[in-house]
Amino acid sequence: MRILERMKQIALDALDLALQPGMTYADVRAIESRERELSTKNGRPGNTASSESQGLGIRVIADGAWGFAATDDLTRSGIESAARLAVEIARASALAKKHDVALTPEDKYEAVWVSPCQIDPFSVSVDKQLALLLAVDGELRKNPGVTLAQTSLTFQRTRQVFASSLGSVIDQTRTVTGAGFEAISFRDDEIQKRSYPNSFGGQHQLSGYELVHNLALLDHAPRVAEEAVALHSADQCPEGRFDLILDGSQLGLQVHESIGHPIELDRVLGSEANYAGMSFLTLDKLNHLRYGSEIVNAVCDARLEHGPGLGTFAFDDEGVPAQSVDIIRDGQFVGYMTSRETAASIGLPRSNGTMRATSWTRQPLIRMTNVSLMPGQESLDEVFGGADRAIYMETNRSWSIDDKRYNFQFGCEIGWEIRNGKRVRMLKNPTYSGITTEFWNSCAAIANRDHWVLWGVPNCGKGQPEQVIGTGHGASPARFHNIAVGAAYGG
Amino acid sequence: MAGEGTGEPLLTQGDCARIFETVELAAKRVGISEVEALFAAHRDALTRFANNAIHQNVAEQAQWLSIRVAQDHKTARATTNRFDSESIFRAVEDAAALAKSLAPDEELLPMTGPEPVPSIARFDPATAAVSPRDRAGAVREAIAVVEGAGQTAAGIHSTGQTAEGIFNSNGVAAWHQETLAQFSITAMAEDSSGWAKAAAVEYTAFDPAAMARRAADKARVSAKPREVPAGRYTVIFEPAAVLDLVGQIFGDFSATAMHDQRSFLTDRMGTKLFGENIHISDDVRHPLQAGVPFDGEGVPRKRLALVDCGVPRELAYSRASAKRMGVAPTGHGFPLPNDAGEAPLNIVIGGGDTSLERMIESTEHGILVTRLWYIREVDPYEKIMTGMTRDGTFLIEDGGVRLGLRNFRFNQGIIEMLNRVESLSPAVRASGEEAFDMVVPAMKVRDFHFTEVTRF
Repeated sequence: MRILERMKQIALDALDLALQPGMTYADVRAIESRERELSTKNGRPGNTASSESQGLGIRVIADGAWGFAATDDLTRSGIESAARLAVEIARASALAKKHDVALTPEDKYEAVWVSPCQIDPFSVSVDKQLALLLAVDGELRKNPGVTLAQTSLTFQRTRQVFASSLGSVIDQTRTVTGAGFEAISFRDDEIQKRSYPNSFGGQHQLSGYELVHNLALLDHAPRVAEEAVALHSADQCPEGRFDLILDGSQLGLQVHESIGHPIELDRVLGSEANYAGMSFLTLDKLNHLRYGSEIVNAVCDARLEHGPGLGTFAFDDEGVPAQSVDIIRDGQFVGYMTSRETAASIGLPRSNGTMRATSWTRQPLIRMTNVSLMPGQESLDEVFGGADRAIYMETNRSWSIDDKRYNFQFGCEIGWEIRNGKRVRMLKNPTYSGITTEFWNSCAAIANRDHWVLWGVPNCGKGQPEQVIGTGHGASPARFHNIAVGAAYGG
Repeated sequence: MAGEGTGEPLLTQGDCARIFETVELAAKRVGISEVEALFAAHRDALTRFANNAIHQNVAEQAQWLSIRVAQDHKTARATTNRFDSESIFRAVEDAAALAKSLAPDEELLPMTGPEPVPSIARFDPATAAVSPRDRAGAVREAIAVVEGAGQTAAGIHSTGQTAEGIFNSNGVAAWHQETLAQFSITAMAEDSSGWAKAAAVEYTAFDPAAMARRAADKARVSAKPREVPAGRYTVIFEPAAVLDLVGQIFGDFSATAMHDQRSFLTDRMGTKLFGENIHISDDVRHPLQAGVPFDGEGVPRKRLALVDCGVPRELAYSRASAKRMGVAPTGHGFPLPNDAGEAPLNIVIGGGDTSLERMIESTEHGILVTRLWYIREVDPYEKIMTGMTRDGTFLIEDGGVRLGLRNFRFNQGIIEMLNRVESLSPAVRASGEEAFDMVVPAMKVRDFHFTEVTRF
């Protein structure tokens, strides 16, 4: 970071300029970010790029309504203009308000926080990083059935200084690393794919280059290539109702779509009705809905103790400390994700700290932090062996859910028929579908902490203008009873 | 942030030319022979409403300078939003350092030279000058319509301007600016909803209050939705639904995707793939289209006849894929370096002469779909897509819209669907949320496959 010492002063200056008569609140986020992206495709360089940006966003409440303005002009006049515009926008918002914005109380914090990073990914030479990717790429293409091999590494470091009219000044630096690869095979009018360790560019965590070492990419390349090619000869996944076992990465996305999004309180209250949609979790369901079976426990946890997730931080983007919140306790729905405004609107005493923005250009929204399914008691053998016959699915290939988060359908890259705990045949094009609460109430077994991984979903979209952000989801493999399988390819 | 609501211009072509002189100087300093600079700047504002009130209201101003260097068959890119000399020199050095780490790529072409790029007039000063109060006024009017119908409104009204330019050391100097205004609204009744959306260069091209009335009518007519079983139905898709669904296939009309064998057109070009009535082109100069008339390397975009009478005929080519295939580039390449190659971005699906009303009148038993949601690819070669209907799904019986329906999940192959199009309306510019804006007709499709019904 080349202007470390400037960012705090810029944020404080912007806050001073934003505080004008008639205003009840203001906050500023001054952000500097740096990224590197490297990829290969069939042995040739793909994307080879770096980027950096600096800017700030100013959020105010004036005349009882919100205004937000973002600028990359960090001169005094540029910041003044942005502050003036934020206030002008807030006053325009007040022309169509129903009531004044009210916020839950929050303490004042002064803090500096840097996410753990054992090996700075920007200090590792690009030569070394590309050599790894090319080695993986070459290993995949040793299998003649692989028609397209792709690998990638992504690194991002973001420093944000938050300052608010409450007196908080919070300086946070987060380093995120992502790594993965995929093998694609085209044969006989069919395209099949396998990814490692997950689709969506692999695994992504709040971590340094140590993540890349831990993933052991090269070791997994031969198996992944072999499976991509073998899928062409596999049987089509049958259609019907089966016991279903999901691997942790697919279950993480299932949590994301059918627990994480429905519990966003802004969505419940209608803020996203025109785009991302609303939620079936209306307020009357809090503490009354049986969301899942008794072994289902889910939390929203932004604390470092939960793990190095894409939703891990010390403070959210409106200055609220990271917290762990129970969402589903013994199957019962017990909590939403909130902001200072939404918490106040339903009479809660405090926000649980889930407001995040994708960059300095955008205002914070309620976003999933790390929404995780807590580990169960079973060994992996018990999860797989608990049903005479089941279908096991790994690694997401398609995902879709309705705008109130009831009906979902997922497709996976590979499936296996399980008989008495053993894989007996590979299945291609596996899909499953259901209704959210019916699905979670059918949860019969969850593997223990030995198999629990905090997965990163790097591409969660929400808001207008849209904000794409990373979220974390811990999960271990789990078994579900009597699930609809194969409808996507049926009839 | 100066200029919001005043129409003050963003980065000009002259600004870009001057900055590029610094880029070239920095490149020479580190011994780089070829350099390219992409410029992008935007000033956008969006007023968002829900529960019949403005709840979010934002503006942003940003500019980007993205520098690509090429030397010894190696190329890499560095991007910054700081335009001072120190930042520009640093970006050039970063790109040069990245490039140096690469193995030579013998297929990498020298940077292109200049070609004439006729400008397209897509900048409306009045739209660039819309103020927060202007947007709030239009929103207030639309909310009043929906509130007057006893319903709840949510939506957005945005206005903004963008400027994009590309300069390179071989003399390319292309630049484009345009404005964009959008309005969308969801009207919600107790157990139903309706939706409308429009986008245009000029904010006066649509009427927010009229759109609010349309959304409110849909919510009213679809009240107390009935559940009918999933199955195959004759379905009439309004243009926004057509764009969001059919719009999923156009990334495959790419010569690089064909070379990679990841396109559903692999082994299918020149064969009769869709119905005789399907004609699709890519045309950045179509009067209802938007966008930049040159590609990520500065090549002028050419019109493509992607599908003619149901036969896929032409693909988009970048310079690299064109060289590989021995044809001329079409001006659809993405900025280098990249994995994807190219894609058509200005889709025009040829329309017919059957109005939406006539489609409904001619339908004995079918379903009318306003909007689709969360569309994802299930099968990449058969182009099976899944997704949901949303905000206005209606039962048609005996030539009339009879009542609202609970929403469906579909799993439908697009190839199969485009073989079952019974009639097309005249094409209009449509705007959705799952694909970029296109010029598309409404479509009446037989035997469309709904596989499940949701709870609302």
